[in-house]
Amino acid sequence: MSAPGEGEASPGPPPDGAPPVLALAGVSKAFGAVQALREVSLNLYAGEAHALAGENGAGKSTLVKTLAGVHRPDAGQVLLDGEPVEFGSPADAQQAGVAVIYQEPTMFPDLSVAENIFIGRQPKAALRRIDRRAMHGRAAELFKRLGVALDPEQPARGLSIADQQLVEIAKALSRDARVLIMDEPTAALSGNEVTRLFNVVKALREQGCAVLFISHRLDEIFELCQRVTTLRDGGWIASEPVAGLTHDDLIRRMVGRDLDNLYPKQETEVGEVALKVGRLTREGVFTDVSFEVRRGEIVALAGLVGAGRSEVARAVFGVDRWDAGTVEVNGERLPPASPTAAMSAGLALVPEDRRQQGLVMDHSIERNIGITGLKALRRGPVISRAAERDRARDWAIRLQLKFSRLSDAVNVLSGGNQQKVVLGKWLSTKPDVLIIDEPTRGIDVGTKAEVHRLLSQLAADGLAVLMISSDLPEVLGMADRVLVMQEGRLVAEIPRERATEESVMTAATGGTS
Amino acid sequence: MSTVTAGRSTRNLVDLVFRARELSIVAALAVLVIVTVGVNGNFLSEQGVKDIFLNASILVLLAVGQSVVVITRNIDLSVGSVVGLVAFTVGDFLAADHGRGIVFAVVLGVAIGALCGLVNGLLVSFGRVPALVVTLGTLYVIQGVDHYIAHGRQINAVDLPPALLSLGNGTVFGVPYLPMIAVLVMLAVGYYLRSYASGRDFYAIGSSPEAAALAGVAVRRRVMAAYLFSGALAGLAGVLWLSRFGTVVADAANGWELQVVSAVVVGGVAITGGVGTVYGAALGALLLTTITSALVVLKVSPFWQQAITGALLLLAISVDRLLALRVARVLRRRNSRHGS
Repeated sequence: MSAPGEGEASPGPPPDGAPPVLALAGVSKAFGAVQALREVSLNLYAGEAHALAGENGAGKSTLVKTLAGVHRPDAGQVLLDGEPVEFGSPADAQQAGVAVIYQEPTMFPDLSVAENIFIGRQPKAALRRIDRRAMHGRAAELFKRLGVALDPEQPARGLSIADQQLVEIAKALSRDARVLIMDEPTAALSGNEVTRLFNVVKALREQGCAVLFISHRLDEIFELCQRVTTLRDGGWIASEPVAGLTHDDLIRRMVGRDLDNLYPKQETEVGEVALKVGRLTREGVFTDVSFEVRRGEIVALAGLVGAGRSEVARAVFGVDRWDAGTVEVNGERLPPASPTAAMSAGLALVPEDRRQQGLVMDHSIERNIGITGLKALRRGPVISRAAERDRARDWAIRLQLKFSRLSDAVNVLSGGNQQKVVLGKWLSTKPDVLIIDEPTRGIDVGTKAEVHRLLSQLAADGLAVLMISSDLPEVLGMADRVLVMQEGRLVAEIPRERATEESVMTAATGGTS
Repeated sequence: MSTVTAGRSTRNLVDLVFRARELSIVAALAVLVIVTVGVNGNFLSEQGVKDIFLNASILVLLAVGQSVVVITRNIDLSVGSVVGLVAFTVGDFLAADHGRGIVFAVVLGVAIGALCGLVNGLLVSFGRVPALVVTLGTLYVIQGVDHYIAHGRQINAVDLPPALLSLGNGTVFGVPYLPMIAVLVMLAVGYYLRSYASGRDFYAIGSSPEAAALAGVAVRRRVMAAYLFSGALAGLAGVLWLSRFGTVVADAANGWELQVVSAVVVGGVAITGGVGTVYGAALGALLLTTITSALVVLKVSPFWQQAITGALLLLAISVDRLLALRVARVLRRRNSRHGS
């Protein structure tokens, strides 16, 4: 076998001398200035479940997409049965027996569930026509094997996230895959759905399937997997048997530094209530959500993907309409569905997806920061470029933004610096309440700590912060209180002293994990 | 168990929405015909009906081709120009030598159309230029080429072989050829899109291009094929145009692209892709044509015709939007009631 980039990066010996079914050898991949993977090696053996651990932004999803034929490595090789292969497209990887369940379900909303499973591989009758009856029958069999009650003929539009995930799993099953890759398949599943999924995966593994499993729930890694590879900031850290490792060992490999440095939480003085949400309901999305955020406080909103956290944030800020309930900022009630009113009342929302919702990607830094306060930048009827630039420079310095010129387009900045621009854009409106959705998703560890320091500083200065995060260590490290949502309801409020991974996850999964 | 029943009724609901579209076009057609006949009985004379079907045929062919493109979440605005170019060049070619066969004319026309489609397809799928811009560009370029070739001349029916003219106006058992060709093409394409794996790929691409790529669907090849097909059908329509009208100047079918797109959208093909059938699109084309004829019979000024087409288009997309919102609301409720 060809030696990977560094001798020490060899991911351990095979259990029985057979070459790995699928492997990466010294693979590197960069997107623009961001090095997503650096000389990473990984061996997947038949009959073994392999975990991939690492923080958000460690390069796990890039690795998955490299194995799936979506990305081509800049350097290094993908090996199939010990032989180098080049997957030119996802179709090539599928041909080779690699099935992938992505983090975000990839559905065709307008097609039926059965078609979603069999697209491109529909069972055929005479003249290569699609045999619909056979297709629906086989989909029904798959659902039976998974133990779920889904109608193969219903359209995929309107399926819940969990059901969509199950369809994805049925799709992978239907391929008789030699390699099954699962990128956080359990994030949206409830306890017994997870158990059922694990039974299926274990059965597949015993039949000789190689499994790559990604999860933020460490317990699941310990339950399902024999071996674990850890990535940090795109680099390979370790590949080792799971047996003999502890949670702390794994976290230390993932984080690689003291948690205290990553989460510089300042002691703050808690002031009066800045944001008060009362019995807020949006039908079918979230129900009866009440909470308060005080000045100087960082309150985390935790829960699984799809629990309705971002939706609450969107409704509070007025992007979506709510059906019942009240939102008060500094004691003043907000009209529903009016972001303009929310902004002038002192609310700011930093959305989850900064590329889509937070920034105008090909506009300059100064324009992006200036856009929230065009009124203040006006000199007569025209917008003053000088005022815009002054304001942008002021915030760039305060946020320690790394940039060459303020007139540069924001899409040349790294993820972390883009996030700072979004922050600057909203902080320049001088809000009383900052709602920030996934503040450090896809941001490298160094910048992450800076964003945390910033949030902490802002709270200390009297801002009320509501932070939505799927990153548990972040929630535990930064929040004064943790609110937990499950399936559209607020199910727990845990003060900082009692917040642990276990207590938060238990509440988030409905007490079943 | 509740999930299955919920799923089933969801399915019925969605089915109903789609069938409702085709049914409501048929209903609109019926009302239109009844009202018009009430005013002028000649509207349903044999000649009147034949005219409507002849006039609709070419629009139906173009609408079928356009649907395939729109289903992939793209658009082809160049079809009107392609019809004009093909009608003129093929006419010119036939006029030069009467010995040239009608089969050869069709093959040439389809080939020219396919070539135009190829250019569109390459630019959209491999050049990654937005379809609207690409086909708007080729619309003008092809028109320019057409005018350059025509150089102010016109093709006259007397210069064309009689066989071609009888294709445009002849009948078998009283049924004209043109509508037969249009219906055959529609049925074949409808069957292909519904029953063949590669046909479903078009819907998958329009429904979610990202998911299609991840599922290993050959996205670029299919989009390419859609344009090639739309171009080829426009080429066929060009030959039929020539055979029907005989006299052709360079700007034949000028502006038809908008009629075609209207027919497709009125027929229930979502402009955002993934939804709709060629049958609906063909019905849409028939409805628009019938409206035109009815307005003549009803002695309404032809200026109103475009306004009515426009109003119908707005009505169709408003209804789509309302239905989509309603379905989304019902699904949201259902999910919240049954949990996941």
